Amino acid sequence: MIHHDVIVVGGGLAGLRAAIEAKKAGVDVAVLSQVHPGRSHSGQAQGGINAALGNHPEGRDDNWEKHAFDTVKGGDFLVDQDCAVQMAKDAPGVIYEMDHWGCPFSRFDDGTIAQRPFGGAGFPRCCYGADKTGHYLLHTLVEQAYRLQVKMYVEQYAAGLIVHDGVCQGVVAYDMIHGGFEAFTANAVVIATGGAGRTYSNTTNSLISTGSGMFMAYYAGVPLKDMEFVQFHPTGLYTTQILMTEGARGEGGYLINDKGERFMEKYAPKFMELAPRDITARSIQIEIDEGRGIGGKGYVYLDLRHLGAEKILERLPGIRDLAIHFEGVDPIEEPIPVVPSQHYWMGGIDTDVNGATVMPGLYAAGECACVSVHGANRLGGNSLLETIVFGRRAGAEVVRYLGSLSDKRPNARTAFAAIQTMEQKVEELGARKGTENAYELRAVMTGVMKEHFFLFRDEPTMTAGLEKLLGVKARVKDINLRWTGSVFNVDMIRTMELEGMVDLALCVAMGALARQESRGAHYRTDFNTRDDVNWLKHTLAYYQPDAAGPRLDSKPVTLGHFELQERKY
Amino acid sequence: MPDIKFRVKRQDPGDNNNPEAHWEEYTVHYEGENLTVLEGLFYIQEKFDGSLSFRFCCRASVCGSCAMYINGAYRLACQTNVKHLDTDLITVAPMPHLPLVKDLVVNMDEFFAKYEYVMPWLVRHSPDPEKEIIQSPKERKKIDMPVDCILCGSCYSSCPSVWSLGASLGSKSEEYYLGPAALLKAYRFEVDSRDEGGKERIARWNNERGIYRCHTIMNCVEACPKELNPTEGIQWLKRAAVRRKLFRKAK
Repeated sequence: MIHHDVIVVGGGLAGLRAAIEAKKAGVDVAVLSQVHPGRSHSGQAQGGINAALGNHPEGRDDNWEKHAFDTVKGGDFLVDQDCAVQMAKDAPGVIYEMDHWGCPFSRFDDGTIAQRPFGGAGFPRCCYGADKTGHYLLHTLVEQAYRLQVKMYVEQYAAGLIVHDGVCQGVVAYDMIHGGFEAFTANAVVIATGGAGRTYSNTTNSLISTGSGMFMAYYAGVPLKDMEFVQFHPTGLYTTQILMTEGARGEGGYLINDKGERFMEKYAPKFMELAPRDITARSIQIEIDEGRGIGGKGYVYLDLRHLGAEKILERLPGIRDLAIHFEGVDPIEEPIPVVPSQHYWMGGIDTDVNGATVMPGLYAAGECACVSVHGANRLGGNSLLETIVFGRRAGAEVVRYLGSLSDKRPNARTAFAAIQTMEQKVEELGARKGTENAYELRAVMTGVMKEHFFLFRDEPTMTAGLEKLLGVKARVKDINLRWTGSVFNVDMIRTMELEGMVDLALCVAMGALARQESRGAHYRTDFNTRDDVNWLKHTLAYYQPDAAGPRLDSKPVTLGHFELQERKY
Repeated sequence: MPDIKFRVKRQDPGDNNNPEAHWEEYTVHYEGENLTVLEGLFYIQEKFDGSLSFRFCCRASVCGSCAMYINGAYRLACQTNVKHLDTDLITVAPMPHLPLVKDLVVNMDEFFAKYEYVMPWLVRHSPDPEKEIIQSPKERKKIDMPVDCILCGSCYSSCPSVWSLGASLGSKSEEYYLGPAALLKAYRFEVDSRDEGGKERIARWNNERGIYRCHTIMNCVEACPKELNPTEGIQWLKRAAVRRKLFRKAK
């Protein structure tokens, strides 16, 4: 057993920022991560991070209130408004802090941090470092974590929470390098493991974005919130769904259909290509479905050619490289084939504005959490912001919580029992001689999510999808683990996480079936308007060990700052 | 559609029955025109051998997990499309000259220890301004190249100075070489106009473990999958060391 005051699970932006905050307060904190923190999914973020700095000549009148309003409207009013206000107020401070820590933001001529226009925003408030903002922010926090000597346990796969008398006291993790399970006891745990994009076959996410922290919390009895709200990014590369940043449109890129039209004119005449992602993604899909995809095929063009080589090389070098390597297209010469692709998980572990969950000692931050600042649809540039704002807040809250504890000794017996449970589970997995292949089942599940819970939803399609997911869930119990070796057992991790991913998928499915309205990213052709009378509320999903799917409940949305209005762009 | 042969170097040092390195061949089938080496490895995992170990994460050439030695060159498995290798045999080995964990997974502890050693963070002594630290686009341009490093380890594994001096930190601390990645990181901060750590950091790279062990062999430049130039950074540091000594400048 290894003990630290605080264990942070996940070494991406949210996790590192939480750990740094706790460490600065003198707390003994350690980060547990499935990959070296510098390899986390946060590094894939491209376009930028929102803060009303007012550096852009057209953004001088921007302020936190306008940022908060854009966020609330972008989220189709499912946002908890006090939380959005808090995030927008915190934003400039955390950005300046990242600059003071060395983040290589791009610069305006006057030497201030450069900002670009982004979707759904009334002002150009998206701070960026070329089109590699996530990579730059992530490496900056990794550097600070080294500077502050934050303890890092690298290539540890967190497999379950240690809970004693309803209080979270640590995690059990699989040591990928040395083999075996170890208990990491703590007085507080912060989950920062990112989203669950890999439950969809068509995702921009990293291969490790499996929602492992979400189902870990879910199994421990903590509710997941608003899981039916899944963001589909308008522009993933056609063949691989690798992200082509919204910054490409922020810099002036066009979306073009087979007729050569800038079709967004029909759907969002004012904002055009910079409408919020849910609207833009649906518009693209309509074009494709109605036969106006390029050559009648399933994609449209993202055209950057008119921006010119100089601008592309300066502002968008990363996506140019990706388009060349993965699609064989040089955006300077040719338009890029793109499709809407799963991108972000609005839902997640239900937390308050300081990352606290209903379970004492358990906190969550970043994409795995649902505060909710994104509501039914997240605005581009707000996810990087969320990681740093709420990572920091969770870190500070954990310090306060530790100060309030009188008994700080985690129960050793419970921790040992948790290791044993995990060892038995793996032993049982290895011994069961099942007939199912984890890869095949994963492919079935991710395919079902893409086919049945994508941009346009209706009851018959979703009911059929739910049936299929239940079928997968039944078969998961019969997976054959082909190798039981202890070191770097990829097969075992992928088998263990599949079970959790199916349960997350079921939360999406049942939440989406229950919610009989259209709001943000959740669009139902059979209930195609927003229904504030019946559905202006968050969905909560509770794990039920004895049932196939979750028990659904709800809780009110916090209003009070901005009036409800129709969403037009 | 096509089939392609993968030859993968396998070794499980912890397997008492078969701890030696050996090659295994697999036929990977794929549809359409494109197959990355990483996809090929997953195919092998799925169809032939669940025990195959390899690192992966972003599959979009930005995380640095899957650097391997593929058909005689350092490449990111995710970024390498087999059709560009123009052959029907794909040879995949772990990055050489690094301690092996298993199969294609190498131990990166030394690599990151050396990274940490050069103080890879912005050092400030002045009080932080209320807003951002002003940095002109011209000043920002100086860090364009080194900030794109993804710490994949290709340059480090490719460097003969790293090989000849062993990789060991610890007891032989006088003999090791920091390697191109760590020195590129030092360079990244030394050329950052916001950094004020020149005085402290120079001791970390201007010594017998640092810049003078670079003999401009330039394997690192060839190895880098992001097309960065660590040698250029190291040469800059060499000049800076002389300049600072001569003119008694902190930076």
